Amino acid sequence: MTGAKALIQALEKEGVDVVFGLPGGANLPIYDALVDANFRHILVRHEQSAAHMADGYARIKRKAGVCFATSGPGATNLITGIATAYADSSPIVAVTGQVPLAMIGKDAFQETDIIGVANPCTKYSFQPRAAAEIPEMIKKAVYIAESGRPGPVLVDIPKDVQQATADMKFPELIKVRGYNPNVEADLSEMARAVELLLNAERPIIMAGGGVILSGAFSELQALAELVKIPVVTTFKGKGAFPENHPLAMGPIGMHGHAEANKIIVEADCIVAVGARFSDRSVGKFDEFGKGMSIIHLDIDPAEIGKNKSVDVALVGDVKSSLRTLVKMFSKKMIKKDSDNPWLKRRKELIQYYAETLKDYPREITAKKSLKKLRELLPANAIVTTEVGQCQMWASLHFDVITPGTFFSSTGLGTMGFGFPASIGAKAAKPNVPVVDIAGDGSFNMTENSLAVSVLDKLPVIVFLMNNYMLGMVAQWQRTFYNRRYSGVHQHNCPDYVKIADAYGAQGIRAESMHELDKAIKAALKSDVATVIDIPIDPEEDVYPFVAPGTGLKDMIVGA
Amino acid sequence: MFATTVQKESWHIVSALVENKPGVLFRVTNLFRARSFNIESITVGSTEQQDLSRMTITTNSDEKTLDQLVKQLRKLIDVIEVKVLDTDKTVYRELALIKIRAVDPTTRSEIVNYATIFRGNILDIGKETITVEITGTPDKIDAFKNLVEHYGIAQLSRTGVSALPRGGVES
Ligand SMILES: Cc1cc2nc3c(=O)[nH]c(=O)nc-3n(C[C@H](O)[C@H](O)[C@H](O)COP(=O)(O)OP(=O)(O)OC[C@H]3O[C@@H](n4cnc5c(N)ncnc54)[C@H](O)[C@@H]3O)c2cc1C
Ligand SMILES: Cc1ncc(C[n+]2csc(CCOP(=O)(O)OP(=O)(O)O)c2C)c(N)n1
Ligand SMILES: [Mg+2]
Repeated sequence: MTGAKALIQALEKEGVDVVFGLPGGANLPIYDALVDANFRHILVRHEQSAAHMADGYARIKRKAGVCFATSGPGATNLITGIATAYADSSPIVAVTGQVPLAMIGKDAFQETDIIGVANPCTKYSFQPRAAAEIPEMIKKAVYIAESGRPGPVLVDIPKDVQQATADMKFPELIKVRGYNPNVEADLSEMARAVELLLNAERPIIMAGGGVILSGAFSELQALAELVKIPVVTTFKGKGAFPENHPLAMGPIGMHGHAEANKIIVEADCIVAVGARFSDRSVGKFDEFGKGMSIIHLDIDPAEIGKNKSVDVALVGDVKSSLRTLVKMFSKKMIKKDSDNPWLKRRKELIQYYAETLKDYPREITAKKSLKKLRELLPANAIVTTEVGQCQMWASLHFDVITPGTFFSSTGLGTMGFGFPASIGAKAAKPNVPVVDIAGDGSFNMTENSLAVSVLDKLPVIVFLMNNYMLGMVAQWQRTFYNRRYSGVHQHNCPDYVKIADAYGAQGIRAESMHELDKAIKAALKSDVATVIDIPIDPEEDVYPFVAPGTGLKDMIVGA
Repeated sequence: MFATTVQKESWHIVSALVENKPGVLFRVTNLFRARSFNIESITVGSTEQQDLSRMTITTNSDEKTLDQLVKQLRKLIDVIEVKVLDTDKTVYRELALIKIRAVDPTTRSEIVNYATIFRGNILDIGKETITVEITGTPDKIDAFKNLVEHYGIAQLSRTGVSALPRGGVES
């Protein structure tokens, strides 16, 4: 059997049902073997989008997404997608073609040292030197990508290794010495966490991306409900906890919900569940959590004490740590009053900001359109976003009801991620509506994936909040650079309805709330992708805002 | 802007067992660069086990940075084990080759004398230079270097530290 065939079979054995990619000289043997594969191949129009699709697929399936590219430019085009997955701990396996072994290091045509290029943004990488190594490497690649703290893995296969034949052995069991992702939190540390929480008067849960990666939704809810703790999330953790739950407070951070930013600085004990204390979520490191006790649940020992020193560290999968905590609490449980002052404070803050935050004065605004979207979408619809104001508006005004149905490029903030990622998510779950809450600048970067959406019958909805502006940058220029706009205007170009049309998708312009209502309903019924072009005032800002380098308490709630 | 309280830096020896295969040194040094860890020296060599190499890293770091350095190293898949060695319970040595300018006979005999006191070896004597091999702790090598510096050091090559814990049998 050839190396290329072994690759395809190894992927089949891993249960891969779809691969996103684009061929070239150095992966021709792989594409030839692909003809007989029992999984689907989705041809992309740009390799960056292949990586984003694999990423979107992975975030919904919670299994590795796979993408293919040729050597050189094909492989480097993947890099933005790989870096995006790395920043958000998303499991993808990228398989690149490489020049033949004997040509490596000779500056051969389309030779790039992609392992070197990708090293800082991959969890691991492989380069088989003989065809017989491929089956085991693929199994290891998938295992490493999915286990522990997930992340992207690169497999770079020289062309002659794809062509060579060997007796293939497909191992059932593999061992990676030096990699032990299955850690269980220390029980005595658990007991300390329970004590701290029982003694806390104003405890708060800060749920992060780790909860979603682990799928620990019911465990998180069980702990919150048992101990009656209000739950804020990071932006990456948005939707780790139902946002319509009586204990929910929404995301904290630079553009967090006002009540969430307010309550977390008033807390006396923070339980950070699968969150890495990013500067965007906690503001100034020194100030955050000052005078409070912090309990940190994380699977990655290197996250403990990286940005924040903590009082108790529970290193392990949050699903299992939360389960143990709930068990320990059930035994100890002193009934907490559901009307205690702290929970009253939660209600008070929510009410206060609901009454004080002013809406932007216009017939159609970001906030109103997102509320409308929520109203018309089923609870289990999958929502992703592009990057910028559109993304932060989604965080502020679109409530996630079913846990795990929302994701975004958060760590890297990659414009152009949302649309291809939504197609990947649709491939993972074809029977639910998938929406990309988009900005014009971002959508413009990867809109050619409309071809993929149409041809591969993966109809998604692009909810385009179109200010014809690199709006988030413009907002910073308004705020910090005295309105000296520089490089942000899109000058009404292109016409997104026509763009949709050109690809055989559906384009609808919605200039009033009534038209928007109709457009969303039409999109939900459509069997091709729909781009809903919603004109947004380029002066509409995102608030609240915590300026970089300041603390959450310095939050500015409005202009 | 995000600086935390400055902590005291001190000298540490970190010993790591790693897979003996291509690319591992690259992954380690790339990690140090990407996370701005300051490395004083790094040595890599074979061990009692054929498929393992030992890396010995010395660094001047505060406790917090050292903790991150160790944890980030452990996170690398090709790194099997990482230990911070307690310098009191560790044998550690460095080797230095020092080529010193020495033309006149007095200088030459002084250098030979010093080398003897430092238990060094004279490896080569040329018309204008003497090359001395000194083995010892980095401090000892510094001391020798300081002693002969005024003669003029033509060339110097230090290996970096190699270390093992005292006693015990475990790797
Ligand atoms: C324009 C823009 C604005 C932003 N504004 C904000 C903002 O206002 N607020 C905000 O919070 N963020 C904001 N972000 C996102 C921010 O950059 C970070 O990506 C985000 O805060 C990280 O969240 P996290 O720590 O929860 O998740 P991750 O980065 O996903 O980290 C997850 C953590 O959980 C751990 N983990 C993974 N799996 C498990 C498991 N099974 N068990 C236990 N632990 C696990 C990981 O080791 C890691 O430490 C913004 C991003 C952009 C692009
Ligand atoms: C690939 C990439 N380039 C540049 C940026 C910097 N950036 C962040 S937000 C933003 C503007 C995004 O514009 P748009 O998609 O129209 O969203 P809006 O902010 O207008 O809602 C830019 C340029 C980025 N995040 N990603
Ligand atoms: Mg815009």
